[in-house]
Amino acid sequence: MSALSIQAHQLSKTFGHFVAVKDLSLEVQPGEIFGFLGANGAGKTTAMRMLCGLLKPSFGHAMVAGFNIATQTEQVKKNIGYMSQKFSIYDDLTLKENIQLFSTIYGLKSAQTQERMKQLASQFGLENKLKSLVSTLPLGWKQKLAFSLAIIHQPRIVFLDEPTSGVDPITRRQFWEMISDTAKAGTTVFVSTHYMDEAEYCDRVSIMVDGQIQVLDTPQKIREQFSAPTMDDVFSLLARKKP
Amino acid sequence: MVYIENLSKNFGALQALSNIHLHIKPKQLFGLIGPDGAGKSTLFEILATLRLPSSGKATIHGFDLQSKAKQIRKTIGFMPGQFSLYPDLSILENIQFFAHVYGVHFDESSPLTRDIWQHIAPFKHRPAGKLSGGMKQKLALCCALAHRPTLLLLDEPTTGVDPVSRKEFWEMLQSLKLHNITTLVSTPYMDEAQLCECIALIQNGKILAVNSPSGIQAQFKFHLFGVQSAHANTLLKPLRQFEKTQHCFAFGKTLHLTVKDASVSENDIVEYLKTQGHEHVEVWRMQAGIEDCFIELMHSENHERS
Repeated sequence: MSALSIQAHQLSKTFGHFVAVKDLSLEVQPGEIFGFLGANGAGKTTAMRMLCGLLKPSFGHAMVAGFNIATQTEQVKKNIGYMSQKFSIYDDLTLKENIQLFSTIYGLKSAQTQERMKQLASQFGLENKLKSLVSTLPLGWKQKLAFSLAIIHQPRIVFLDEPTSGVDPITRRQFWEMISDTAKAGTTVFVSTHYMDEAEYCDRVSIMVDGQIQVLDTPQKIREQFSAPTMDDVFSLLARKKP
Repeated sequence: MVYIENLSKNFGALQALSNIHLHIKPKQLFGLIGPDGAGKSTLFEILATLRLPSSGKATIHGFDLQSKAKQIRKTIGFMPGQFSLYPDLSILENIQFFAHVYGVHFDESSPLTRDIWQHIAPFKHRPAGKLSGGMKQKLALCCALAHRPTLLLLDEPTTGVDPVSRKEFWEMLQSLKLHNITTLVSTPYMDEAQLCECIALIQNGKILAVNSPSGIQAQFKFHLFGVQSAHANTLLKPLRQFEKTQHCFAFGKTLHLTVKDASVSENDIVEYLKTQGHEHVEVWRMQAGIEDCFIELMHSENHERS
């Protein structure tokens, strides 16, 4: 078993003649915040779906949380968390019921569920809201809940797909503070975003263009490499127009 | 062009919009800036005559929103937040369909849509469902312009679109002014505010401020400092505990520190951080951006409520 959280070697995915992801190789350390950037259609979602064990690679291989993404998909899924842009939470359930539901899905025992609920509620300040219907809560709370659900089973890695789209500037920053705390506690964070300032909060970032990783390093080194003042400038230099 | 007076909308107990006043001048590129759930889409749906306000009134081109909906519909182009084109029709078929609905023919050489058309024409036979996010938005814009409206209502056209495609899209919006088009566009991306002539910041159904982007920045009431060090994230906590601090947030690699007290200097902050064990810190005064202003207005709004 590998100590790395993610180890991908020349991972590729083709759909017919279309190469969606080509030779993706990367290694992510435990507790690292890894930013996964790229233009629309660059292949980010396809790559993330492969790493989550939802899509079989055409070539190459990868180990996620110590499991092979092609042959051990069930173990991969048990050891990772996933939060999508659209937060898959149930609006017509309370926060508590959502937590109970997801705990059950991940096979947590009743006592474990109680303990995790307590931990997460105090960590993210959800205590007073546990009995509220999700539909009555502002977006920021829903986002906190969605993140709590993604890490309810204490996964080794959590995948976040554009988690901050459309939230207000304060909530967006509070969310990143939450991500930092989670990473400090040892969970690996693999995150995609369209906010280039958020790339600076990552330990390392990669920028994908037309299915291939064009650059992978710390934000500072990438900026230096391109002599660009911000990551936004780097992104503009790299990301080409594509239908 | 657009007059909105004291407009409110509630859905049961939920107050989606409260007492909105806005005036959009002809040919203006007007931005409605705010997060999800602020009420932006509700306002768009009311202006597009798809919903009725609970109270208040609005006119477009002098036509009353409630009694002259038919006239209004002929003059507006509406691009809803949800992608609403036909995924199994090609680019060209979608545009022709929308033009046909309005009883006009799509002319590829029409000056109004020529630039946008050039971007998407190479893929005109591709089904709309198979386009990338940026391309879909360009197509949707082209469809909204097919009947040559004079007011364009664009609800979050760039949400989820990558930064490069967003820039291209905004360049298109700016060029539309040459064709006497008035545009009301909403966005959750604060950096896009700078590209509008006039902006309204909206949160929880209320307009927090209306002005030009530079006007909004000039209204920033407090004093802003940028703070940087090799380990900026470790400074967040001590800076929030600094007695002069109003609030402190990370903006990429820089921390933005807001203080109320005009007498606080760069050196005061450096010295305070030294007492907390943080050396080699860079501090400078800076001008507030739109996002700083939004955070500030959100705070004072929350303060008033509590």
